Amino acid sequence: MSKLFPKSANRLPLQIIVYLFVLGGIVTAATTYYATPKYTRVGYAPVQPVPFSHTLHAGNLGLDCRYCHSNVEKSGHSNIPTAQTCMNCHSAIKANSPLLEPVRLSYESGNPVPWVNVHVLPNYAYFNHSVHIARGVSCVECHGRIDQMDVVRHAKPLSMGFCLDCHREPEKFIRSPELVTKLDWQHPEGVKGQIEQGKKFVHDWNVKPPQSCSGCHR
Amino acid sequence: MGHAAESTYGTPAILKEIKPAVLPRATLVENNRSFGWITDKICGIIEGRTPTWWWVCFIVAAFVASFTVAGLTYLVATGVGVWGHANPVNWAWDIVNFVFWIGIGHAGTLISAILCLLRQKWRTSINRAAEAMTIFAVVCAGIFPVFHVGRVWFAWYLFPIPNSNYIWQNFRSPLEWDVFAVSTYGTVSVLFWYVGLLPDLAILRDRFTAAGNKLRGFLYGLFAMGWRGSNRHWSNYEMAYLILAGISTPLVLSVHTIVSFDFAVSLIPGWHTTIFPPYFVAGAIFSGFGMVLTLMLPLRAIYGLQDLITQYHIDCMCKITLATGTIVGYAYATEFFIAWYGANPYEGFAFINRAFGHYAWAYWIMIICNVITPQFFWFKAIRRNTAFVWVLSIFVNVGMWFERFVIIVTSLARDFLPSSWGYYSPSIVEIFTFFGTFGVFSVLFLLFIRFLPIMPMAELKAVTPQADPHGHGDASAGHDGHRAH
Repeated sequence: MSKLFPKSANRLPLQIIVYLFVLGGIVTAATTYYATPKYTRVGYAPVQPVPFSHTLHAGNLGLDCRYCHSNVEKSGHSNIPTAQTCMNCHSAIKANSPLLEPVRLSYESGNPVPWVNVHVLPNYAYFNHSVHIARGVSCVECHGRIDQMDVVRHAKPLSMGFCLDCHREPEKFIRSPELVTKLDWQHPEGVKGQIEQGKKFVHDWNVKPPQSCSGCHR
Repeated sequence: MGHAAESTYGTPAILKEIKPAVLPRATLVENNRSFGWITDKICGIIEGRTPTWWWVCFIVAAFVASFTVAGLTYLVATGVGVWGHANPVNWAWDIVNFVFWIGIGHAGTLISAILCLLRQKWRTSINRAAEAMTIFAVVCAGIFPVFHVGRVWFAWYLFPIPNSNYIWQNFRSPLEWDVFAVSTYGTVSVLFWYVGLLPDLAILRDRFTAAGNKLRGFLYGLFAMGWRGSNRHWSNYEMAYLILAGISTPLVLSVHTIVSFDFAVSLIPGWHTTIFPPYFVAGAIFSGFGMVLTLMLPLRAIYGLQDLITQYHIDCMCKITLATGTIVGYAYATEFFIAWYGANPYEGFAFINRAFGHYAWAYWIMIICNVITPQFFWFKAIRRNTAFVWVLSIFVNVGMWFERFVIIVTSLARDFLPSSWGYYSPSIVEIFTFFGTFGVFSVLFLLFIRFLPIMPMAELKAVTPQADPHGHGDASAGHDGHRAH
């Protein structure tokens, strides 16, 4: 009978197994890198209608976050400031800058400046800013070094796993509530000091971050 | 009798020689068919022209299968609410159909694994088709739990794959055990089926190549994985087959045990009973053999396989159906007894409600099909009437579907709180989806009988009278190759 397959076909099964392993490895690695929020969300920095620089305002000028995001301690939602807040200063400073035209328009008309949303909270998840601020979760934990961003960028993945990292080990992250807007603050005694102090806060304030589904998906 | 003999004639009580009656073993391949005839017969099914009936059946089956595709597409596009589920009946046809199909598969595993280990040689002519049936039934079964999760694109959450949501499975849930039970079952069934196919694929490779059909020779050759029938190949093959039979044997029992845990581990009256695992396994084998009969009897008639699937084979299948069906009937009775004996008012109500409540019609269909039907198989005359056996096998299939419906729906519709009681009716989408799975199953099975050998040729040759090393190729009774003479 004539040969149907060349002799090299004897090696095929082993080759197929090796290729499948390599392929599986590549697919796993690529999915882990490219298809998780660490890649898909981090780095999102849309162009805003007004080139507002957090580096200038929060970093160099040292404005407290809460000067503009004034409801963050009282409300679940951290507000984007209205044009009135901007005009407190900009009615005097750079009052005629063409870059501030959308702010002046908004101030006159009452229609909001069309800021582009960077951090989107999906409607199936519940998140309350005030409760986190009150228990010393700093802005920097979720938003990164905003005080160093000329254009606001999505700095952290904000995936469910990201939330759970802190909900499972809050002592690694919480600080004294007075320091929440000090984005460059770190515990002077390093990680060990942070955990020691964090554990004390967790105990004293009875911090019990929910880990059940209904904690966030209400 | 021995004493009587001694007192009368004075002969010693111990016989000098024992002459046990030589019971005739049933012939498994009749009419003294040769090895060549078997090969030609089985390969002829694949090599011949595609028969008209095949095309008719295939087109009808494909049309029916489109109902499942349409039903599922509509479900995914709209939401799981298109099914008739509503409080309190949140498991209904989806789970009924899942358990129904998964149960059907059990005959294949039983035939391939347990009957192999027990050296029941009559398995050889039905095991290939029964294993194919198992795999296709698992395919149909898998559709339902996957789509019943609602957002089917998240069905991969069923498996413990690390993800950025940190979603991890609850390993204390029997539903999670089910995922592993069914996927193991599917994998092992496919492996078993494929290993058994290797020598036969090689036969087809050689025959197609010899006939000049290079393409089909190549394709069969690809899947035959270089089988040349050497002693070493056969030795490895026999060992692999035995190991797989060993692995599959616990699966026959474990899969439906775990399916029954989906119910038994919960607290719903009518589900929370310890009898569920054995009762489900017996029911699964019962339904599986029902389906084997439903499929094999027409095949036997169409392809003229009476010499290979003999009356003895049909008798054996009928007897297993009778035995498992009677176990199922006994389990129904035990459930009622325990409901009374346990003196739990909820449990008692659940069973009274099953038999006499709103779903009593389903209960009595179940009793007639599952308890009464198999009792006909006591009679030889009935077992010899293949048309009647086929009709009875359909009743078995219907009955086992209703069994799952009765268990799942009646218990949920009347749970602890009368305020939440309800009555469930399926939506048209559910009906279409289930109806279509028969098409999916038939399409797969028709492709199987058209392109793969429906019986293991080599194993069949080993059970022919002429393969008996002590016989003389003579089909008469009394030759058994494994008994020392």
